[in-house]
Amino acid sequence: MYDKIFPPKKIELSNGRVVLEKRSRTPLILLIVMIAVYYSAQVTGFSFEVLFKRISEFFIIIKEMLKPNWGYIDGIWPELMSTLKMSLFGSVAGALIALPAALLASANIIKNRVIVAVCKTVLSLLRTMPTLVTALIATYVFDLPATAGTVAIFLFTISYVGKLMYEAIENVDMGAFEAMESIGMTRIEAFRYAIIPQILPGYLSTSLFCFEGNVRYAAILGYVGAGGIGKLINETIGWRDYSSLGMIVLMLVITVYTIETISEHFRKKLI
Amino acid sequence: MTTIEKQLLQAPRNHRYVLTVVAIVVILLAWSVTEFSLKLDSNGMKIASNIVGGLLNPDLDFLFNLSDKGVIYLLWETFAIALLGTIVGAILAVPLAFLAASNIVPKPISWIIRLLLIFIRTVPALVYGLMFIRVTGPGPFAGVLTIGITSIGMLAKLYVDAIEELDVKVLESMTSIGCTTFEKIRYGIIPQLASIFLSVMIYRFDMNMREAAILGLVGAGGIGAPLIFAMQGYKWEQVGSILIGLVILILIIEFISNKLRSKLVNG
Repeated sequence: MYDKIFPPKKIELSNGRVVLEKRSRTPLILLIVMIAVYYSAQVTGFSFEVLFKRISEFFIIIKEMLKPNWGYIDGIWPELMSTLKMSLFGSVAGALIALPAALLASANIIKNRVIVAVCKTVLSLLRTMPTLVTALIATYVFDLPATAGTVAIFLFTISYVGKLMYEAIENVDMGAFEAMESIGMTRIEAFRYAIIPQILPGYLSTSLFCFEGNVRYAAILGYVGAGGIGKLINETIGWRDYSSLGMIVLMLVITVYTIETISEHFRKKLI
Repeated sequence: MTTIEKQLLQAPRNHRYVLTVVAIVVILLAWSVTEFSLKLDSNGMKIASNIVGGLLNPDLDFLFNLSDKGVIYLLWETFAIALLGTIVGAILAVPLAFLAASNIVPKPISWIIRLLLIFIRTVPALVYGLMFIRVTGPGPFAGVLTIGITSIGMLAKLYVDAIEELDVKVLESMTSIGCTTFEKIRYGIIPQLASIFLSVMIYRFDMNMREAAILGLVGAGGIGAPLIFAMQGYKWEQVGSILIGLVILILIIEFISNKLRSKLVNG
Protein backbone atom coordinates (compact mmCIF):
# COMPACT_ATOMS: atom_id res chain seq x y z
CA MET A 1 0.00 0.00 0.00
CA TYR A 2 2.64 2.48 1.15
CA ASP A 3 4.92 1.45 -1.71
CA LYS A 4 2.18 2.23 -4.25
CA ILE A 5 1.71 5.82 -3.06
CA PHE A 6 5.44 6.49 -2.75
CA PRO A 7 7.05 4.32 -5.45
CA PRO A 8 10.48 2.92 -4.54
CA LYS A 9 13.51 4.80 -5.78
CA LYS A 10 15.26 3.22 -8.77
CA ILE A 11 19.05 3.06 -8.64
CA GLU A 12 20.95 1.99 -11.74
CA LEU A 13 24.17 0.17 -10.94
CA SER A 14 27.26 0.50 -13.11
CA ASN A 15 26.67 -2.93 -14.68
CA GLY A 16 23.25 -1.88 -15.88
CA ARG A 17 21.09 -3.67 -13.30
CA VAL A 18 18.31 -1.73 -11.64
CA VAL A 19 17.84 -1.98 -7.88
CA LEU A 20 14.73 -0.72 -6.08
CA GLU A 21 15.20 1.09 -2.81
CA LYS A 22 12.02 1.16 -0.72
CA ARG A 23 11.11 4.58 0.62
CA SER A 24 11.65 5.01 4.33
CA ARG A 25 8.55 4.63 6.48
CA THR A 26 9.94 6.91 9.17
CA PRO A 27 7.99 10.05 8.06
CA LEU A 28 4.68 8.18 8.20
CA ILE A 29 5.38 6.75 11.66
CA LEU A 30 6.58 10.13 12.85
CA LEU A 31 3.38 11.75 11.55
CA ILE A 32 1.19 9.21 13.38
CA VAL A 33 3.13 9.72 16.62
CA MET A 34 2.89 13.51 16.26
CA ILE A 35 -0.88 13.36 15.81
CA ALA A 36 -1.22 11.02 18.81
CA VAL A 37 0.95 13.35 20.91
CA TYR A 38 -1.10 16.37 19.86
CA TYR A 39 -4.39 14.77 20.85
CA SER A 40 -2.88 13.42 24.06
CA ALA A 41 -1.73 16.90 24.97
CA GLN A 42 -5.27 18.17 24.35
CA VAL A 43 -6.85 15.47 26.49
CA THR A 44 -4.44 15.81 29.39
CA GLY A 45 -4.34 19.61 29.33
CA PHE A 46 -0.56 19.72 28.93
CA SER A 47 0.65 23.30 29.13
CA PHE A 48 4.18 24.60 29.31
CA GLU A 49 2.86 27.85 30.77
CA VAL A 50 1.58 26.16 33.93
CA LEU A 51 4.69 24.03 34.08
CA PHE A 52 7.12 26.95 34.01
CA LYS A 53 5.05 29.12 36.32
CA ARG A 54 4.42 26.52 38.99
CA ILE A 55 7.38 24.15 38.83
CA SER A 56 9.01 26.11 41.65
CA GLU A 57 6.42 24.56 43.99
CA PHE A 58 7.91 21.18 43.18
CA PHE A 59 11.39 22.31 44.13
CA ILE A 60 10.10 23.84 47.35
CA ILE A 61 8.82 20.39 48.32
CA ILE A 62 12.13 18.81 47.27
CA LYS A 63 14.02 21.35 49.39
CA GLU A 64 11.89 20.48 52.42
CA MET A 65 12.47 16.79 51.77
CA LEU A 66 16.22 17.31 51.71
CA LYS A 67 16.06 18.24 55.40
CA PRO A 68 14.91 14.86 56.73
CA ASN A 69 13.19 14.79 60.09
CA TRP A 70 15.45 12.37 61.99
CA GLY A 71 13.09 12.17 64.94
CA TYR A 72 10.51 10.44 62.78
CA ILE A 73 12.62 7.28 62.45
CA ASP A 74 10.87 5.51 65.33
CA GLY A 75 7.53 5.87 63.60
CA ILE A 76 8.86 4.57 60.29
CA TRP A 77 10.59 1.47 61.60
CA PRO A 78 7.58 -0.84 62.28
CA GLU A 79 5.89 0.07 59.00
CA LEU A 80 9.11 -0.51 57.06
CA MET A 81 9.44 -3.95 58.67
CA SER A 82 5.84 -4.75 57.82
CA THR A 83 6.53 -3.73 54.20
CA LEU A 84 9.51 -6.09 54.11
CA LYS A 85 7.50 -8.92 55.65
CA MET A 86 4.72 -8.48 53.12
CA SER A 87 7.05 -8.50 50.17
CA LEU A 88 9.19 -11.38 51.42
CA PHE A 89 6.34 -13.74 52.25
CA GLY A 90 4.35 -12.78 49.16
CA SER A 91 7.35 -13.28 46.89
CA VAL A 92 8.41 -16.65 48.33
CA ALA A 93 4.89 -18.08 48.33
CA GLY A 94 4.23 -16.68 44.86
CA ALA A 95 7.47 -18.07 43.45
CA LEU A 96 6.67 -21.52 44.88
CA ILE A 97 3.22 -21.59 43.28
CA ALA A 98 4.59 -20.12 40.04
CA LEU A 99 6.64 -23.23 39.26
CA PRO A 100 3.74 -25.71 38.94
CA ALA A 101 1.68 -23.01 37.22
CA ALA A 102 4.49 -22.48 34.69
CA LEU A 103 4.77 -26.24 34.20
CA LEU A 104 1.06 -26.51 33.42
CA ALA A 105 1.39 -23.61 30.95
CA SER A 106 4.30 -25.01 28.92
CA ALA A 107 3.23 -26.61 25.69
CA ASN A 108 6.20 -28.98 25.43
CA ILE A 109 5.52 -30.81 28.72
CA ILE A 110 1.74 -30.81 28.94
CA LYS A 111 0.24 -32.26 25.79
CA ASN A 112 -3.31 -31.23 26.60
CA ARG A 113 -3.86 -27.99 24.70
CA VAL A 114 -6.85 -26.88 26.75
CA ILE A 115 -4.93 -26.91 30.08
CA VAL A 116 -2.02 -25.01 28.50
CA ALA A 117 -4.27 -22.36 26.99
CA VAL A 118 -6.24 -21.88 30.22
CA CYS A 119 -3.09 -21.56 32.33
CA LYS A 120 -1.49 -19.09 29.92
CA THR A 121 -4.64 -16.96 29.85
CA VAL A 122 -4.94 -16.92 33.65
CA LEU A 123 -1.27 -15.93 34.00
CA SER A 124 -1.55 -13.08 31.51
CA LEU A 125 -4.83 -11.85 33.01
CA LEU A 126 -3.22 -11.78 36.47
CA ARG A 127 -0.29 -9.86 35.04
CA THR A 128 -2.41 -7.12 33.50
CA MET A 129 -4.04 -6.27 36.83
CA PRO A 130 -2.02 -3.47 38.42
CA THR A 131 -0.79 -4.55 41.88
CA LEU A 132 -2.42 -1.57 43.53
CA VAL A 133 -5.83 -2.51 42.15
CA THR A 134 -5.44 -6.10 43.37
CA ALA A 135 -4.42 -4.75 46.77
CA LEU A 136 -7.44 -2.45 46.81
CA ILE A 137 -9.78 -5.38 46.16
CA ALA A 138 -7.93 -7.52 48.72
CA THR A 139 -8.40 -4.89 51.43
CA TYR A 140 -12.16 -5.39 51.06
CA VAL A 141 -11.83 -9.15 51.39
CA PHE A 142 -9.23 -9.67 54.13
CA ASP A 143 -9.31 -8.49 57.69
CA LEU A 144 -5.68 -7.52 58.28
CA PRO A 145 -4.18 -4.83 56.05
CA ALA A 146 -0.86 -6.67 55.80
CA THR A 147 -2.59 -9.79 54.53
CA ALA A 148 -4.21 -7.81 51.73
CA GLY A 149 -0.80 -6.49 50.69
CA THR A 150 0.74 -9.94 50.86
CA VAL A 151 -2.02 -11.39 48.69
CA ALA A 152 -1.55 -8.67 46.07
CA ILE A 153 2.20 -9.31 45.93
CA PHE A 154 1.63 -13.06 45.91
CA LEU A 155 -0.64 -12.85 42.85
CA PHE A 156 1.71 -10.53 40.99
CA THR A 157 4.70 -12.78 41.70
CA ILE A 158 2.85 -15.85 40.37
CA SER A 159 2.05 -14.08 37.13
CA TYR A 160 5.49 -12.56 36.63
CA VAL A 161 7.66 -15.55 37.59
CA GLY A 162 5.14 -17.91 35.98
CA LYS A 163 5.34 -16.18 32.61
CA LEU A 164 9.13 -16.02 32.52
CA MET A 165 9.37 -19.64 33.66
CA TYR A 166 7.04 -21.12 31.07
CA GLU A 167 9.01 -19.26 28.42
CA ALA A 168 12.18 -20.79 29.89
CA ILE A 169 10.67 -24.28 30.04
CA GLU A 170 9.45 -24.05 26.46
CA ASN A 171 12.97 -23.13 25.34
CA VAL A 172 14.93 -25.84 27.16
CA ASP A 173 16.79 -28.58 25.36
CA MET A 174 14.27 -31.43 25.20
CA GLY A 175 16.88 -34.05 24.23
CA ALA A 176 17.66 -35.06 27.80
CA PHE A 177 13.97 -35.24 28.68
CA GLU A 178 13.23 -37.53 25.72
CA ALA A 179 16.24 -39.72 26.49
CA MET A 180 15.09 -40.18 30.09
CA GLU A 181 11.55 -40.98 29.02
CA SER A 182 12.87 -43.52 26.53
CA ILE A 183 14.81 -45.40 29.23
CA GLY A 184 11.59 -45.79 31.19
CA MET A 185 11.36 -42.87 33.60
CA THR A 186 7.96 -41.37 34.29
CA ARG A 187 7.19 -37.88 33.02
CA ILE A 188 7.63 -36.41 36.51
CA GLU A 189 10.99 -38.11 37.09
CA ALA A 190 12.20 -36.98 33.69
CA PHE A 191 11.06 -33.45 34.47
CA ARG A 192 12.87 -33.54 37.79
CA TYR A 193 16.21 -34.73 36.38
CA ALA A 194 16.20 -33.23 32.87
CA ILE A 195 14.32 -29.93 33.02
CA ILE A 196 14.74 -28.69 36.61
CA PRO A 197 18.55 -28.52 36.48
CA GLN A 198 18.31 -26.47 33.29
CA ILE A 199 15.81 -23.93 34.57
CA LEU A 200 16.78 -23.74 38.26
CA PRO A 201 19.35 -20.91 38.05
CA GLY A 202 17.00 -18.86 35.91
CA TYR A 203 14.12 -19.55 38.26
CA LEU A 204 16.01 -18.45 41.38
CA SER A 205 17.38 -15.38 39.66
CA THR A 206 13.95 -14.36 38.33
CA SER A 207 12.42 -14.84 41.76
CA LEU A 208 15.09 -12.69 43.38
CA PHE A 209 14.58 -9.99 40.77
CA CYS A 210 10.85 -10.11 41.36
CA PHE A 211 11.40 -9.78 45.10
CA GLU A 212 13.48 -6.65 44.49
CA GLY A 213 10.65 -5.10 42.50
CA ASN A 214 8.09 -6.23 45.06
CA VAL A 215 9.78 -4.25 47.84
CA ARG A 216 9.18 -1.14 45.75
CA TYR A 217 5.56 -2.06 45.06
CA ALA A 218 4.90 -2.99 48.67
CA ALA A 219 6.01 0.48 49.69
CA ILE A 220 2.99 2.07 48.02
CA LEU A 221 0.36 -0.54 48.78
CA GLY A 222 -0.36 1.12 52.12
CA TYR A 223 -1.87 3.99 50.19
CA VAL A 224 -5.00 1.96 49.50
CA GLY A 225 -5.01 0.61 53.05
CA ALA A 226 -3.02 -2.58 52.50
CA GLY A 227 -0.41 -2.11 55.22
CA GLY A 228 3.19 -0.99 55.08
CA ILE A 229 4.96 2.29 54.66
CA GLY A 230 2.51 3.68 52.09
CA LYS A 231 0.14 4.64 54.88
CA LEU A 232 2.77 6.98 56.35
CA ILE A 233 3.50 8.46 52.91
CA ASN A 234 -0.16 9.27 52.53
CA GLU A 235 -0.39 10.81 56.02
CA THR A 236 2.75 12.95 55.76
CA ILE A 237 1.72 14.36 52.40
CA GLY A 238 -1.75 15.05 53.73
CA TRP A 239 -0.24 17.07 56.58
CA ARG A 240 2.31 18.67 54.21
CA ASP A 241 5.00 17.39 56.56
CA TYR A 242 7.58 17.13 53.80
CA SER A 243 10.63 16.71 56.03
CA SER A 244 9.12 13.53 57.48
CA LEU A 245 8.33 12.44 53.93
CA GLY A 246 11.98 13.02 53.09
CA MET A 247 12.95 10.75 55.98
CA ILE A 248 10.62 8.00 54.72
CA VAL A 249 12.02 8.27 51.21
CA LEU A 250 15.58 8.19 52.53
CA MET A 251 14.90 5.02 54.54
CA LEU A 252 13.19 3.49 51.54
CA VAL A 253 16.11 4.28 49.23
CA ILE A 254 18.58 2.76 51.69
CA THR A 255 16.48 -0.39 52.12
CA VAL A 256 15.84 -0.88 48.42
CA TYR A 257 19.48 -0.23 47.57
CA THR A 258 20.68 -2.76 50.18
CA ILE A 259 18.28 -5.41 48.96
CA GLU A 260 19.22 -4.75 45.35
CA THR A 261 22.92 -5.09 46.12
CA ILE A 262 22.45 -8.37 47.97
CA SER A 263 20.17 -9.82 45.33
CA GLU A 264 22.47 -8.69 42.51
CA HIS A 265 25.35 -10.48 44.23
CA PHE A 266 23.41 -13.74 44.32
CA ARG A 267 22.02 -13.33 40.82
CA LYS A 268 25.52 -12.88 39.39
CA LYS A 269 26.58 -16.03 41.20
CA LEU A 270 23.65 -18.01 39.82
CA ILE A 271 24.25 -17.20 36.17
CA MET B 1 37.45 -45.90 39.86
CA THR B 2 36.11 -44.74 36.51
CA THR B 3 36.73 -41.29 35.11
CA ILE B 4 33.12 -40.35 35.67
CA GLU B 5 33.33 -41.13 39.40
CA LYS B 6 36.58 -39.18 39.65
CA GLN B 7 34.99 -36.20 38.01
CA LEU B 8 32.03 -36.45 40.38
CA LEU B 9 34.30 -36.44 43.43
CA GLN B 10 36.23 -33.49 42.09
CA ALA B 11 33.14 -31.29 42.02
CA PRO B 12 33.52 -28.45 44.51
CA ARG B 13 31.55 -28.98 47.71
CA ASN B 14 29.71 -25.97 48.98
CA HIS B 15 27.21 -27.63 51.28
CA ARG B 16 28.03 -25.35 54.14
CA TYR B 17 27.52 -22.23 52.01
CA VAL B 18 24.20 -23.49 50.63
CA LEU B 19 23.04 -24.54 54.09
CA THR B 20 23.83 -21.13 55.57
CA VAL B 21 21.93 -19.33 52.83
CA VAL B 22 18.97 -21.68 53.19
CA ALA B 23 18.97 -21.24 56.98
CA ILE B 24 18.97 -17.45 56.66
CA VAL B 25 16.11 -17.58 54.16
CA VAL B 26 14.08 -19.90 56.40
CA ILE B 27 14.60 -17.66 59.45
CA LEU B 28 13.57 -14.58 57.47
CA LEU B 29 10.54 -16.43 56.17
CA ALA B 30 9.49 -17.48 59.66
CA TRP B 31 9.82 -13.86 60.71
CA SER B 32 7.79 -12.61 57.76
CA VAL B 33 4.91 -14.98 58.36
CA THR B 34 4.17 -13.38 61.74
CA GLU B 35 2.09 -10.63 60.20
CA PHE B 36 0.10 -12.89 57.93
CA SER B 37 -3.26 -14.35 58.77
CA LEU B 38 -5.91 -15.65 56.42
CA LYS B 39 -8.67 -14.24 58.56
CA LEU B 40 -11.35 -12.78 56.32
CA ASP B 41 -13.13 -9.53 56.84
CA SER B 42 -16.55 -10.02 58.44
CA ASN B 43 -18.27 -9.70 55.07
CA GLY B 44 -15.17 -10.44 52.98
CA MET B 45 -16.65 -13.44 51.24
CA LYS B 46 -19.77 -11.51 50.32
CA ILE B 47 -17.70 -8.72 48.79
CA ALA B 48 -15.51 -11.20 46.92
CA SER B 49 -18.56 -12.84 45.39
CA ASN B 50 -19.97 -9.40 44.58
CA ILE B 51 -16.76 -8.51 42.71
CA VAL B 52 -16.90 -11.73 40.72
CA GLY B 53 -20.57 -11.03 40.04
CA GLY B 54 -19.68 -7.53 38.86
CA LEU B 55 -17.00 -8.88 36.53
CA LEU B 56 -19.40 -11.42 35.03
CA ASN B 57 -22.19 -8.91 34.85
CA PRO B 58 -20.64 -5.56 33.96
CA ASP B 59 -22.46 -2.28 33.54
CA LEU B 60 -22.57 -2.32 29.71
CA ASP B 61 -23.99 1.18 29.41
CA PHE B 62 -21.04 2.53 31.35
CA LEU B 63 -18.58 0.38 29.38
CA PHE B 64 -19.68 1.51 25.91
CA ASN B 65 -20.67 5.05 26.82
CA LEU B 66 -18.78 7.43 24.50
CA SER B 67 -19.22 10.60 26.58
CA ASP B 68 -16.47 11.85 28.86
CA LYS B 69 -17.80 9.83 31.79
CA GLY B 70 -17.70 6.46 30.04
CA VAL B 71 -15.00 3.82 30.31
CA ILE B 72 -13.80 4.35 26.74
CA TYR B 73 -13.01 8.02 27.30
CA LEU B 74 -11.32 7.24 30.62
CA LEU B 75 -9.17 4.61 28.94
CA TRP B 76 -8.25 7.05 26.18
CA GLU B 77 -7.26 9.55 28.86
CA THR B 78 -5.13 6.90 30.59
CA PHE B 79 -3.52 6.06 27.25
CA ALA B 80 -2.81 9.74 26.58
CA ILE B 81 -1.18 10.15 30.01
CA ALA B 82 1.03 7.13 29.42
CA LEU B 83 2.02 8.21 25.89
CA LEU B 84 2.85 11.80 26.73
CA GLY B 85 4.57 10.80 29.97
CA THR B 86 6.75 8.27 28.16
CA ILE B 87 7.79 10.87 25.59
CA VAL B 88 8.60 13.46 28.27
CA GLY B 89 10.60 10.85 30.20
CA ALA B 90 12.38 9.57 27.10
CA ILE B 91 13.53 13.06 26.13
CA LEU B 92 14.70 13.95 29.65
CA ALA B 93 16.51 10.62 30.01
CA VAL B 94 18.80 11.10 26.99
CA PRO B 95 21.08 13.83 28.43
CA LEU B 96 21.14 12.10 31.83
CA ALA B 97 22.11 8.82 30.18
CA PHE B 98 25.03 10.42 28.31
CA LEU B 99 26.16 12.07 31.56
CA ALA B 100 26.02 8.72 33.37
CA ALA B 101 27.92 6.71 30.74
CA SER B 102 31.41 6.06 32.04
CA ASN B 103 32.94 5.94 28.55
CA ILE B 104 31.86 9.50 27.79
CA VAL B 105 32.26 11.58 30.96
CA PRO B 106 34.81 11.30 33.78
CA LYS B 107 34.14 8.65 36.46
CA PRO B 108 33.10 10.98 39.33
CA ILE B 109 30.42 12.71 37.23
CA SER B 110 28.98 9.44 35.96
CA TRP B 111 28.93 8.12 39.52
CA ILE B 112 27.03 11.15 40.86
CA ILE B 113 24.47 10.98 38.05
CA ARG B 114 24.01 7.25 38.68
CA LEU B 115 23.30 7.96 42.35
CA LEU B 116 20.78 10.59 41.31
CA LEU B 117 19.11 8.06 39.00
CA ILE B 118 18.85 5.53 41.84
CA PHE B 119 17.08 8.17 43.95
CA ILE B 120 14.72 9.09 41.12
CA ARG B 121 13.92 5.42 40.56
CA THR B 122 13.24 4.52 44.17
CA VAL B 123 10.76 7.24 45.08
CA PRO B 124 7.37 5.59 44.48
CA ALA B 125 5.25 6.96 41.62
CA LEU B 126 2.46 7.86 44.02
CA VAL B 127 4.76 10.23 45.90
CA TYR B 128 5.60 12.07 42.70
CA GLY B 129 1.92 12.07 41.87
CA LEU B 130 1.00 13.72 45.15
CA MET B 131 3.85 16.22 44.75
CA PHE B 132 2.87 17.21 41.19
CA ILE B 133 -0.72 17.69 42.23
CA ARG B 134 0.57 20.56 44.37
CA VAL B 135 2.14 21.98 41.19
CA THR B 136 -0.57 21.60 38.57
CA GLY B 137 -3.67 20.86 40.60
CA PRO B 138 -5.46 17.51 40.34
CA GLY B 139 -6.00 16.21 36.82
CA PRO B 140 -4.32 14.34 34.01
CA PHE B 141 -1.52 16.91 33.61
CA ALA B 142 -0.11 15.90 36.99
CA GLY B 143 -0.27 12.31 35.77
CA VAL B 144 1.79 13.14 32.68
CA LEU B 145 4.54 14.78 34.73
CA THR B 146 4.55 11.88 37.20
CA ILE B 147 4.86 9.25 34.49
CA GLY B 148 7.56 11.36 32.88
CA ILE B 149 9.74 11.56 35.97
CA THR B 150 9.24 7.92 37.01
CA SER B 151 10.19 6.78 33.51
CA ILE B 152 13.50 8.65 33.62
CA GLY B 153 15.06 6.27 36.11
CA MET B 154 14.59 3.05 34.16
CA LEU B 155 14.97 4.57 30.70
CA ALA B 156 18.24 6.28 31.58
CA LYS B 157 19.61 3.09 33.12
CA LEU B 158 18.88 1.04 29.99
CA TYR B 159 20.12 3.86 27.71
CA VAL B 160 23.40 3.89 29.63
CA ASP B 161 23.88 0.17 28.96
CA ALA B 162 23.38 0.80 25.24
CA ILE B 163 25.77 3.76 25.20
CA GLU B 164 28.48 1.87 27.05
CA GLU B 165 28.29 -0.96 24.52
CA LEU B 166 28.74 1.43 21.60
CA ASP B 167 31.08 0.04 18.95
CA VAL B 168 33.84 2.68 18.73
CA LYS B 169 35.67 0.97 15.87
CA VAL B 170 33.09 2.39 13.49
CA LEU B 171 33.87 5.89 14.74
CA GLU B 172 37.61 5.34 14.37
CA SER B 173 37.25 4.21 10.78
CA MET B 174 35.02 7.21 10.07
CA THR B 175 37.68 9.53 11.50
CA SER B 176 40.28 7.86 9.31
CA ILE B 177 38.30 8.51 6.13
CA GLY B 178 37.82 12.13 7.18
CA CYS B 179 34.26 12.46 8.51
CA THR B 180 33.29 15.54 10.50
CA THR B 181 31.96 15.25 14.06
CA PHE B 182 28.41 15.82 12.87
CA GLU B 183 28.73 13.08 10.26
CA LYS B 184 30.18 10.75 12.86
CA ILE B 185 27.21 11.32 15.14
CA ARG B 186 24.66 11.02 12.33
CA TYR B 187 26.07 7.91 10.62
CA GLY B 188 28.15 6.31 13.38
CA ILE B 189 26.30 6.79 16.64
CA ILE B 190 22.61 7.36 15.90
CA PRO B 191 22.11 4.16 13.86
CA GLN B 192 23.64 2.12 16.69
CA LEU B 193 21.52 3.66 19.42
CA ALA B 194 18.19 4.47 17.75
CA SER B 195 16.72 0.98 17.63
CA ILE B 196 17.70 0.13 21.22
CA PHE B 197 16.41 3.45 22.53
CA LEU B 198 13.12 2.99 20.68
CA SER B 199 12.71 -0.57 21.89
CA VAL B 200 13.33 0.50 25.49
CA MET B 201 10.85 3.35 25.07
CA ILE B 202 8.13 1.05 23.77
CA TYR B 203 8.73 -1.35 26.65
CA ARG B 204 8.48 1.47 29.14
CA PHE B 205 5.29 2.71 27.48
CA ASP B 206 3.81 -0.72 28.06
CA MET B 207 4.71 -0.46 31.76
CA ASN B 208 3.46 3.11 31.97
CA MET B 209 -0.03 2.04 30.92
CA ARG B 210 -0.32 0.13 34.20
CA GLU B 211 1.28 2.97 36.11
CA ALA B 212 -1.12 5.51 34.59
CA ALA B 213 -4.06 3.31 35.50
CA ILE B 214 -3.21 3.50 39.20
CA LEU B 215 -2.26 7.18 39.33
CA GLY B 216 -5.92 8.10 39.33
CA LEU B 217 -6.04 6.76 42.88
CA VAL B 218 -4.24 9.92 44.03
CA GLY B 219 -6.26 12.18 41.73
CA ALA B 220 -3.78 12.46 38.88
CA GLY B 221 -6.24 11.63 36.10
CA GLY B 222 -7.00 8.45 34.24
CA ILE B 223 -9.16 5.51 35.13
CA GLY B 224 -7.99 5.01 38.73
CA ALA B 225 -10.24 7.62 40.34
CA PRO B 226 -13.56 6.28 38.96
CA LEU B 227 -12.41 2.81 39.99
CA ILE B 228 -11.82 3.77 43.61
CA PHE B 229 -15.06 5.75 43.76
CA ALA B 230 -17.01 2.82 42.35
CA MET B 231 -15.45 0.51 44.94
CA GLN B 232 -16.12 2.85 47.82
CA GLY B 233 -19.72 3.15 46.65
CA TYR B 234 -20.04 -0.67 46.34
CA LYS B 235 -21.05 -0.31 42.67
CA TRP B 236 -19.64 -3.64 41.60
CA GLU B 237 -21.11 -3.60 38.08
CA GLN B 238 -19.13 -0.41 37.38
CA VAL B 239 -16.01 -1.89 38.96
CA GLY B 240 -16.47 -4.88 36.67
CA SER B 241 -16.74 -2.79 33.53
CA ILE B 242 -13.70 -0.66 34.43
CA LEU B 243 -11.56 -3.73 35.14
CA ILE B 244 -12.66 -5.45 31.92
CA GLY B 245 -11.87 -2.34 29.86
CA LEU B 246 -8.50 -1.91 31.55
CA VAL B 247 -7.44 -5.53 31.12
CA ILE B 248 -8.41 -5.56 27.42
CA LEU B 249 -6.56 -2.30 26.71
CA ILE B 250 -3.42 -3.47 28.52
CA LEU B 251 -3.47 -6.81 26.70
CA ILE B 252 -3.80 -5.08 23.30
CA ILE B 253 -0.94 -2.70 24.06
CA GLU B 254 1.26 -5.50 25.34
CA PHE B 255 0.63 -7.47 22.15
CA ILE B 256 1.44 -4.52 19.87
CA SER B 257 4.51 -3.56 21.89
CA ASN B 258 5.89 -7.11 21.75
CA LYS B 259 5.38 -7.20 17.96
CA LEU B 260 7.06 -3.82 17.46
CA ARG B 261 9.98 -4.65 19.70
CA SER B 262 10.74 -7.98 18.08
CA LYS B 263 10.62 -6.20 14.71
CA LEU B 264 13.05 -3.53 15.96
CA VAL B 265 15.47 -6.04 17.42
CA ASN B 266 15.43 -8.43 14.45
CA GLY B 267 15.56 -5.59 11.93
